[in-house]
Formats: sequence, C-alpha cells, structure tokens
Amino acid sequence: MTDIVNALVLLANFVLVPGLAYGSQLALGALGVTMIYAVLRFSNFAHGETMSFGAMITILATWWLQEKGITFGVLPTALLALPVGIIATVAMCLMFDRIVYRYYRREKANPVTYLIVSVGILFVLSGLVRFIIGPQDRVFADGERFIMKARAFKQMTGLDQGLAIKTTQGVTVVTAVVIVALIFWFLNRTRTGKSMRAYSDNEDLALLSGINPAKVVAITWVITGALAAIAGTLYGLDKGYKPFTYLGLVLPIFASAIVGGVGNPLGAIAGGFVVAFSELLLTFAYKRVIAYLTPGDWIPEGLVQLLSTDYKLAVSFVILVIVLLVKPTGMFSGKTL
Amino acid sequence: MSFLKGEGLYGGYGGADILHGCDIGVDKGEVAVVVGPNGAGKSTAMKGLFGLLDLRQGSVELDGRDISHLPPQERVTLGMGFVPQNANVFTSMTVEENLEMGAFIRQDDFRPTMEQVFSLFPVLGQKRAQPAGELSGGQRQQVAVGRALMTQPSVLMLDEPTAGVSPIVMDELFDRIIEIAKTGIAILMVEQNARQALEIADRGFVLVQGQNRYTDTGQALLADPEVRKSFLGG
Amino acid sequence: MSSNLRNILLFAAMGALLIAVGVVQSANVALAILNLCLISAIMTLGVNIQWGYAGLFNAGVMGFAALGGLAAVLVSFPPVPEAWAVGGSRAMLGVVTGAVSIVLAIIAFKKVPGSRRVRGWAAAGIALAGIILMRFILDPAVEAIEAVEPARTGFLGGLGLPIVFSWIAGGAFAALAAWGIGKIALGLRSDYLAIATLGISEIIIYFLKNEDWLARGVKNVNGLPRPVPYEIELQKTLWVQELAAQFDFSVIELSSIIVKLSYAGLFIVVLAIVFWLSERALKSPWGRMMRAIRDNEVAASAMGKDVTWRHLQVFVLGSAVIGLAGAMLTTLDGIFTPASYQPLRFTFLIWVMVIVGGSGNNLGSILGGFVIWFFWIEAEPIGLALIEFLTSGMAVDSALRMHLIENAAHTRLATMGVVLLLVLRFSPRGLIPERGK
Repeated sequence: MTDIVNALVLLANFVLVPGLAYGSQLALGALGVTMIYAVLRFSNFAHGETMSFGAMITILATWWLQEKGITFGVLPTALLALPVGIIATVAMCLMFDRIVYRYYRREKANPVTYLIVSVGILFVLSGLVRFIIGPQDRVFADGERFIMKARAFKQMTGLDQGLAIKTTQGVTVVTAVVIVALIFWFLNRTRTGKSMRAYSDNEDLALLSGINPAKVVAITWVITGALAAIAGTLYGLDKGYKPFTYLGLVLPIFASAIVGGVGNPLGAIAGGFVVAFSELLLTFAYKRVIAYLTPGDWIPEGLVQLLSTDYKLAVSFVILVIVLLVKPTGMFSGKTL
Repeated sequence: MSFLKGEGLYGGYGGADILHGCDIGVDKGEVAVVVGPNGAGKSTAMKGLFGLLDLRQGSVELDGRDISHLPPQERVTLGMGFVPQNANVFTSMTVEENLEMGAFIRQDDFRPTMEQVFSLFPVLGQKRAQPAGELSGGQRQQVAVGRALMTQPSVLMLDEPTAGVSPIVMDELFDRIIEIAKTGIAILMVEQNARQALEIADRGFVLVQGQNRYTDTGQALLADPEVRKSFLGG
Repeated sequence: MSSNLRNILLFAAMGALLIAVGVVQSANVALAILNLCLISAIMTLGVNIQWGYAGLFNAGVMGFAALGGLAAVLVSFPPVPEAWAVGGSRAMLGVVTGAVSIVLAIIAFKKVPGSRRVRGWAAAGIALAGIILMRFILDPAVEAIEAVEPARTGFLGGLGLPIVFSWIAGGAFAALAAWGIGKIALGLRSDYLAIATLGISEIIIYFLKNEDWLARGVKNVNGLPRPVPYEIELQKTLWVQELAAQFDFSVIELSSIIVKLSYAGLFIVVLAIVFWLSERALKSPWGRMMRAIRDNEVAASAMGKDVTWRHLQVFVLGSAVIGLAGAMLTTLDGIFTPASYQPLRFTFLIWVMVIVGGSGNNLGSILGGFVIWFFWIEAEPIGLALIEFLTSGMAVDSALRMHLIENAAHTRLATMGVVLLLVLRFSPRGLIPERGK
C-alpha cells in the first residue's frame, strides 16, 4: 500500500506538479495566439517575443522595486512588478497594431502576408529585448523558494518519496486559474466580450449589428498583450529568463493552440496541458515507479523511458505535426471564441 | 413618397455595373417584394440600398433624408435592419446572445424587445440557450430576423429569407413577416419564390438586368398575364 | 530607367559596398562576407522557387540546410573502422528496420480495407511496433559506436569522398526529405504549412543534435576535408611568397585571401548554374504553369492541372537547392554544428532576403541574399560605430554607454525586422520585382 502511495508521489513530483506549471504557461501563451487568430485571423509568430518583452519589462520593474527595498514577502517581487509589464506590453501591441497591422487590415491582406509581417515584428522585438536587457540568463525569482520541500513532505508523511512544490509553480498555477476565469467571464458574460465572439464568428454580421471592428481589434490586443506579459513572466520566474528560449516557445504554443483547435480558448487551455503532459510522460523514466508497483525487490534494468529527455521539446513538435496532418481543426473543432 | 426609397441606382461589385438605374421603395407598414430571374441584381439592389456596396450613381433616401453616403453601421442606427441571405446568424453563440448582439447599438433596456421576438417566434424562446448553429434552417432564419428586429428598426430588409426552407416553414415565415409589417415596420424583401411572395406583397418590383421591368401592387402583378408568363411559370 | 540598367546599378552598388569593406576593414573580411553572400543567394534561390514561383511558405529552411550539412559530413569524413566493427552492421540493420516499418505503416494506411480511423490505427500500431523493434536493434549498436574514442569520433564517420560530392548529396538528402514532408504537409493551408514545416525541421535538427552515432550530435564534427588548399601549405609555396612580396601583403594574409577566392570561385560556378537552371525553369511552360497555379489555384485545378503534384515538384526542387547550399556552407565552415541551425538565422533571415530581393525574381533573390547578408554582418560594426558616436558625449565609464555598446550587436535583429516591415509596406514587390506582373 505504501508502495503505491510512494509511486503516486513520485509521479506527482516529477510529472504532475511540473506539468501543471508548464501546462499553465503554455495555456496562457496559446490563449494569446488563439485570440489573435480568432479575431485578426493570422498566426502570430511574434507571440513568443511578445512574451519575452513583457517578461523583460517586468524584470526591469522588479529590479527597480528591489532597489527601493520593496519586496512581496514570501511571494516573488515580480508579481508586484507585473502590472508594469502588462501595461508596457499592451502599449507595445497597440502601437504595432496602429503602425503596422492596421494597414494590412485595410488592404484585406491574406493570412500569409500577416504571417510575414509578424516575422518582421519578431525580429524587431527580439533585437529590442536583447538590446535592452542583453542575451544573458536572468534569475529574478525571490521570496520563499518552496511552498513544500521534499524533506518536509517526507517527514510529514513518513513516505520514502518527497514532493517538492516550488513557489513559482504554485504562483503560476494560481495566476493561470485566475486569468483564465477572468477571460471566460469576460467573453461569456460581458457585452464587449460577446461582441468579440460575435466578430470572430461572423465579421460581416457583426458589422451589420453595429459592432465597431476597431474597438474589437484594440481589445483583442489589450488581452493578448496582457496574457503574453503574464505568461512570459510566469515562464521566466519558473525556468529563468533568457531571451533566446522564448523563440523556441512559439512552436509548443502553436502546438497547444492547434491541438485544441485554433480560435477556441477552451481548446487552447486543454492543448497547453496536453502538450505539457505529453512531453513529461513520454520522457519520464518509469524505472522507480515500476519498482514500487511490482511486488518484491525487482527493479527494471533500464530507465524504462519511452523517449530520451533530449527529445522533450521535440515531443511538442511531433504532436503539432500529427495534429496538423490528422485533424487540423483540433480537438474542439467547429467552435470559435 | 416612400419611407425608404432608392432612385436611379447604378453600381456593382467593382467590375461592370449590375444595376442599371433601378428604382425601389417601400412605406411603413408595407411589404415590398423584389422578384426577378437569376442575375437580375435583386440582392445587389438590396446591398446598394443598405450601403454594402458603393453605388456609382443614384440616391437612397430614408424618411426624406439622403443617406446615400452613410456607411451601413450608421444606417443601422437610423433604423434600418438587414438580414443577409447567407451566414446570417452567429452560429457559435446562443439564440439569446444572437439577439443581444442584434441590440448591440442600443443603450436602453432591450429585454422587452427580446420578449417581443420570443412571442413572435415562440420556438426561439424555448431554445434561447442553444447555439444558433445547432438549429434547423427555418429556426435559423427566425433567429436572423429576430436579430435584425432587436434594433427596433423602421425598415427591415430581408435577402431571400425562405431560401432553403420547406414550403410549410416558408408559409409560417411569411405569416410572421406580415405580422411584423402590421406593427408599422416597412418590409423590403428579395424572394425566389416569386408567386408566394407577391401574394403577400403590397408592392412588387420585377427586376430584369438591373432595371425595373414591372412595378405594381403584388396582386396586380400576379394578375398580369405578361408577368405570369415570363416570371411566374404561367 | 530601364529595368536592366536599374538591375546593373543595384548589383554595382552591392559590389561597391563589398569593395568598400575590403578597403576600410580588410580584403579578408570582404571576401568572407562575399562567400556567405554567395551561399545565402543560393539558399534564397531555393526559397524563391517555392515561394516566388508557387506561393508555398516553407518555414523549414533550417532543416533542409542542416540535412545538407549532414551530407557534407557523411560524404567527406573518413569512415571510422572501429565504429563500423563494433556496431556498424547492427546500426544499419536498425535503420533499415525503421525504414521498413515506416513503409509498411504507409502501405497499411493506403491498402488495408476499412475506415480511415481503422487504417490510421493500424498504421500507428505498425509504426510503434517498428520503432520499438528498431530501438531494440539500434540501441546496443549506438552505445558501442558512441564508446569508440568519444572525444574524437564516437560515430560511424562518412565515406571519405571529396567533399564537393556532398553538394550533390546534400541536395539529394534535402530533396528526399522534402518529398516525404511534401507528401504529407502540402495539402495544408498556407499558414499551417509554415507551422508544420517549421515543426518538422525542428524535429530534424533535434534528431541531428541527439543522434551522436550519426554525426556526433552537439559534439560537432570538426576538420572536414576541404575542396581547396590549406593556408599552411600555400604559405610554403614559392609563388605565394613571391606574390606577397610583390603586393606588399603578409604571406599569412595572402594565403587566406587565396583560399577564400578559391571558395568564391567554386560558389560562383554553382550559383551561376543554379541561377541559369532556375531562369530556364521559370521561363518554360512549367514555370508559367506554376505561376498560374500560384495566382489562381482554383482555376488551375479546374483546368485539369494536378496542383498537388506540381506543388510537390516545386517543393522538392526548392528544398534540394537549399540542401545544396547547406552542404556548401558546412564545406566552407569545415565544421558541422547542428545546434547552430536556428530558425531566426536559417529560416526567417532567408525569408527576409527573398522578400527584400523581390519574390518571384531570381536576380532579385540573389541581390536580396547579398544585401541582407552584407547588412546582417556589417550592421554590427555600423551599429557599434553609430552608438559610439551617439554616446560620445557621455562619460567613458557611464553605465548606460557601456551597456549600449555592449549590446550594440543586437541592433541587427531589429534592423532586419524594420527593413522587412518597410519593404513589405512600401515596396512589397522587392528591390527587383517579378517580371510581367
């Protein structure tokens, strides 16, 4: 019996907890991509860099706060600085929409043109971010490091296996839940949110109903910018901030959005967790879990790992490709915003 | 002097003109029907009246005011409602949300109007929480009409409201349209089912190649042997 | 101004820029830039065949370039007999098992009776079983191979042939991969095709990074043989020493210039051939049809053109050219580094070249390759000089100034973005627009 509990704790420690945190980060990122897709109808390759930009501003604000001696107790100071990051990212998104995207909207450009434009913005942002903060690693998480330490868990439960929960993981999941709840409340309960869904569903009919497209587009960028800043900051808090990694995040994020069905917010969230848990489950070494679950002292010889850890990120690319080929409309096809 | 009136309309979709000087008008409380063969420019005329395409020439007047150069959104605020032929509901949204979006420009309480729509189309009231995309063709048309009614328009324009629905549903829909007209709303619609539509029409316009061929009351057009022979299949 | 004169002037200006670098910095720097300009131009021609001729958005350029690099290793590196002895045959058997199971899975998907779902599961089952069997055969071999002198080899090595052959092999590798990818992905909508090709090429690069037995993975393969003489040997020859004395160069500098010039000569020949073939293809009925399909796919397929098949052709051809350029790049570098194939540098930068040069125009692609590569390299010194000038009023040890100077190099990314956005907005047809449009 204890063996089964130990096995479960082992899985929770190495799969469930990190998966929930990483899944939340992907879900928030994918939500941004999906919003842009649903309203502006293009795949925004610059979303990773937008997240990076938001995280960067938050880090700068965090440093400023720390210099002033302001911290957030046990929680990371970055949470206090986050609003600054959100505001700056939203302003940046609105600025790019005004000086770049709006022109193509009026031209009724095709999706590929938008895509190439977003690559241009990707370049601009990645250069800007590296210019301002530099390409180095930045660890900016402070406050209490753990909500639950492995040793404390062992002492508390008397089990062999420990369960560690980092503060950043807890913060990530809680923030994601709050944000997602807010987004769904906004989309389903407010007039403006409903008008966004209407615009995404049927642009012409939305115009006939007197919905102002300029306003819908602006609100979409506000939400996307805020989501990107939050997702970027949470990812940076959890894994350390490095501008380079954010470009690599674009594909797992696209994978999440597409797995769930692009344009569908619920799908984006589900997709984020599907991708995160697939990565972890496929590259987890089940050796010790099996040892616990089998009777006696038998221990499997190899690591009992489906894929080597080196291929962790590749899992999301494989999922992405498979979904695109088998069911490009995703799990929740036929539903938009 | 009609309430809504388009005179000498010329225009098309950027290429050659489709409308060649047609005149269309409707008064409050009336049902006006535009019929004609395929490609006669019926839908184009509707779009021209609503500002969905640029007219090259001609004028559109609403209640004596020239609205030729107003964008469609402003025409909505002036009391015009339009039900397009295709994609005329928000499929992913519930019936109630569709109606709510119809009332988007209203700042006052639109609940009473929604109740009126539900009493006009009781089935919508029963299915108010269901996504419009899951409804039958006839029910979708009801949602589409209901959505347009939510602004409490003085003119309601319908582009082939009975396309693709069964004859029973069509009769039912026409009954509702008469009911709506009786509340004092001007109704202008394009119809493929010319005979049935002219039967309920106070005014009928037979368009051919973007021009008025015959204009008269519905009954008179139905009685005209020429019209019967050429457009109503004898 | 006639378009010909304009083109000549544009290329002359480009040449003048390179010469200016030769004068201001050094001939070596100018030639180093020139060589990469030439390779970029070939890569850009490849992307132009896909995008300019047929409107296919291939975001997997980096993957095809990496396959070309792999070809350079596998063709030129001498075989490692010890590695072959300990696990060569077993590794080959493993690879064949994997290939056979993929083929079987495809056959199952096509031929097994039943619904799409049944066939899909059957194919997936066969593929999974095949992968497990392959791992079972391959893993011990891989372990044995990677244990052979891991610091120096630890892989099977190549064929030991002259590296120039790898250019053809690189094209073939990329073409083969493109055929497979095209078969499954070309039916997708344009932006999904971009995402799918980006994803697949990431998988290719992951594979190259992690399968050490094949090409040492992230340990890189150093010291690939060269198609041109080595500097050290040139320095020993009499004629080089005489020439150096005559033109007042150091022997070391001159030898390096000669090596770079030899590369440039080879690359120019390849570029000329690829350009000539591309032009021929573009002007042929085949090229006209490609453009017709690009401009109106529905009409073309209504006229009975097999759009999917044409797209596959053009995708394979373009990718082959990219693979060729990739092999040439690895030849020039003399080292294969899988980790260097970043999307920013190898996919998106090439795209900037195509768009800026003028999509659909081969001359434009070459010019785009030259201009963008030139500024990609020169933006660094220019940006640095600019920032030093702008901050010259500040104190020498001012933190802001130090920070700006330190990070000046990153302005080139932003510059590329701004250039791309400006061209898209104000001159969407590029420096040399497509003819007859």
